[in-house]
Amino acid sequence: MAATPNSTPAGTKTRQPGFIYLPLIVGWLVPGAGHFMVRKWGRGALLALAIVSMFVLGLAMQGKVYSGAHDILDILGLTGDLGSGLLYFVGRMLGLGADPVQTTVADYGTKFIVVAGLLNVIAAVDAHNLRTGRKS
Amino acid sequence: MFHPSHFAAVVLFALFASTVFGITMRDNPRSMVRYGAYCFILFVGSAILLSWVMFLIAR
Repeated sequence: MAATPNSTPAGTKTRQPGFIYLPLIVGWLVPGAGHFMVRKWGRGALLALAIVSMFVLGLAMQGKVYSGAHDILDILGLTGDLGSGLLYFVGRMLGLGADPVQTTVADYGTKFIVVAGLLNVIAAVDAHNLRTGRKS
Repeated sequence: MFHPSHFAAVVLFALFASTVFGITMRDNPRSMVRYGAYCFILFVGSAILLSWVMFLIAR
């Protein structure tokens, strides 16, 4: 059946070229970089500042960086830490947060590091939504 | 090393979390700022309220 002149053939919708999950992956690896990829410079800079600051302050408070999963709480902590992407892997390579310190402030630091990872996951998903056009 | 007071830690936590919430949960800059401020006030306000509750329970 011939297409009418006004019909739009399938697959000719406006599509952005490139791998659609790239801002998600890059945003996970480097905080704020997913937003830079979709040219949201201000948002990306603020997200990077907030997440990196939180991670660094957590380390400065002698917070613990989870390295293994021995029980359910360790698994949850490790999952949160992994959300920080390269910050986590670089921190592990440098041996940061490896010595457990039993103070209240150090416990806050551990939570800062975990929450920085979780916030980075939210930011990476936001970059993906910007890339797909689900959000402007 | 960095040793903030408990309240300073709450304020820092609220500041960073509110920044991310504001940017990711809203579409335009004006509503981002409003939602970020709303989250910040709720974070800090609930911490102060719960602190008073715990203080009164402990007496």
